[in-house]
Amino acid sequence: MKGEAKGTFPGLVFKRPESLVDVRTHFCPGCHHGIAHRILAETIDHFHIRENTIGVACVGCSVFLYDYIDVDVAEAPHGRAPAVATGVKRAQPDKFVFTYQGDGDLAAIGTSEVIHAANRGENITVLFVNNTTYGMTGGQMAPTTMLGQKTATSPYGREFRNDGYPIRMAELIATLEGTAYSARVATSTPAQIRQAKESLKKAFGMQIREMGFSLVEFLSTCPTNWGMKPLDAQKRVLGEMSEYFPLGVYKERKQADFV
Amino acid sequence: MTLPPTGIRRELMKGNEAVCVGAIAAGCRFYYGYPITPQNDIPEYMSTHLPPIGGMFLQAESEIATINFLLGTSASGKRVMTSSSGPGISLMQEGLSYMAGSELPAVIVNISRSGPGLGGIAPSQGDYFQAVKCGGHGGYRMPVLAPHSVQEMYSLTMLAFDLADKYRNPAMILGDAIVGQMKEPFFPEPYLSTVPAEKPWALTGCAGRPRQYVKSLYLGENEIEAHNWKLHRKYRRMEEEVRFEPYHLEGAGIVIVAFGTAARVSKTAIQWARKEGYPVGMLRPITLFPFPSRAVDEAADRADIVLVIEMNTGQMLEDVRMSTRHHEKIRFLGKPCAMPTPEEIHQEIRRLAGEIAVRTGSVR
Repeated sequence: MKGEAKGTFPGLVFKRPESLVDVRTHFCPGCHHGIAHRILAETIDHFHIRENTIGVACVGCSVFLYDYIDVDVAEAPHGRAPAVATGVKRAQPDKFVFTYQGDGDLAAIGTSEVIHAANRGENITVLFVNNTTYGMTGGQMAPTTMLGQKTATSPYGREFRNDGYPIRMAELIATLEGTAYSARVATSTPAQIRQAKESLKKAFGMQIREMGFSLVEFLSTCPTNWGMKPLDAQKRVLGEMSEYFPLGVYKERKQADFV
Repeated sequence: MTLPPTGIRRELMKGNEAVCVGAIAAGCRFYYGYPITPQNDIPEYMSTHLPPIGGMFLQAESEIATINFLLGTSASGKRVMTSSSGPGISLMQEGLSYMAGSELPAVIVNISRSGPGLGGIAPSQGDYFQAVKCGGHGGYRMPVLAPHSVQEMYSLTMLAFDLADKYRNPAMILGDAIVGQMKEPFFPEPYLSTVPAEKPWALTGCAGRPRQYVKSLYLGENEIEAHNWKLHRKYRRMEEEVRFEPYHLEGAGIVIVAFGTAARVSKTAIQWARKEGYPVGMLRPITLFPFPSRAVDEAADRADIVLVIEMNTGQMLEDVRMSTRHHEKIRFLGKPCAMPTPEEIHQEIRRLAGEIAVRTGSVR
């Protein structure tokens, strides 16, 4: 656009979502939190609920949610975000309430809180970012760490006789009666990102229509702690991770059970 | 007992139920809890009485979830309460630390039982350290109120809500199985709020204002140190909330220091002893934090003997020692995991009176 003044390009089709704060993030190169944040912000914009939303941040790399998403945010103790979100939603049922949790937070220390929130049909939405490791603390073994995966606390590789198996949360949550929507998505290709947006819109829609608990699991990367280049990390998600954690919709309620 | 306020009907209730009546009178419409003896009357009462008035009762899957329900509802700007007993309060310590760090108000009622561990369900004051020194990590304080009657279970619960809101901090009612389970008449005096109702810090969606957050993580340079000093100054300000009851304290040679049920039983023993001419009185801390240190010191200064009575093996005893330099005057009567009888306390008063008489040569 030679000669045209900057910022006046008439066909602007891609811009920062309104709900995404214009700051540099602390995320490492190749990390998918940034993508998940953008999808989250776009979905908030899509439903025009930014001023009506309260987020709950967990403990881990995702704790800085309040710096990046332009909504009111409460910070929960490690694993307790679904319980804090329950307290917010019960006090303000007219508000949109979501949690954003990593795999150590949701699938280890917070297993009880997420299962019971889902089982109560708590009308909240959970974004679950699964990168098979504890990113913030330096890459220790998580409940979702793959068999054979070497981490800071499984230096010889995760071994099922000692450490058990990686836990599949989207499937587990789908078995609970109170769950309205449970899906697993990835964000490693443009097509997957589009699919992830659709899934998150469905999940938000469940809460807006008061259908019950909704969860979207994002398969994510942690190149820093995996000891991989970002592109190799993408390949891992598309390969062995997607094999063990199949993408798909595990539950989708068509009709509210209270009508 | 004080004179009945005019126009208020006297109620006969359990202490645990009076807590609920006080909470509802103070505008609390959110209660979360998990069953544990000996406080089950509280969730049972709330589950019956909150829904009809548009309130919320929710039984949690654990005390860990309970305290985090409180965190979320408190962050929403609503008055919220839970109750539990020793082991359950232990599970809430993490959340209490986060709420103190995030400056969130709430009322936590501990109808304590004996411990450690699973302990027993007998009344005990063994949770004094946990309540007063605060059992969660990081170092924080909270107002701790110790009712000794059903009347106070009612009125101190209302006060706890005001203190929690005034200081944006959790506040605790420390009772026990006796004061929780006993039934006696009380006057449900109307609640008069002493704090503003507005909570501009609450998370209510950022309509028409910048986004805000409730958090306790401070990673910026010097941020956490500044936050700690700010909280410290707040805890110092709380010291003006000190409350205690002087009971026949004037001219008392033997001053009992006791709280809650132990103080209630002591009153009977003091009445008996005074009829026999023994100059005995009591200083009853109503706030355990802030502790009435100055009053204890002044009483110890004038007394011959300070008798600390607790339903444990000596916890408040340490605070009494820290309050005064007259350590040689301090005696202790402990009854862990049971209520001391008036007879036991009366006997101890007589024994100590004898000790004083021998020491001063003034045999009666």
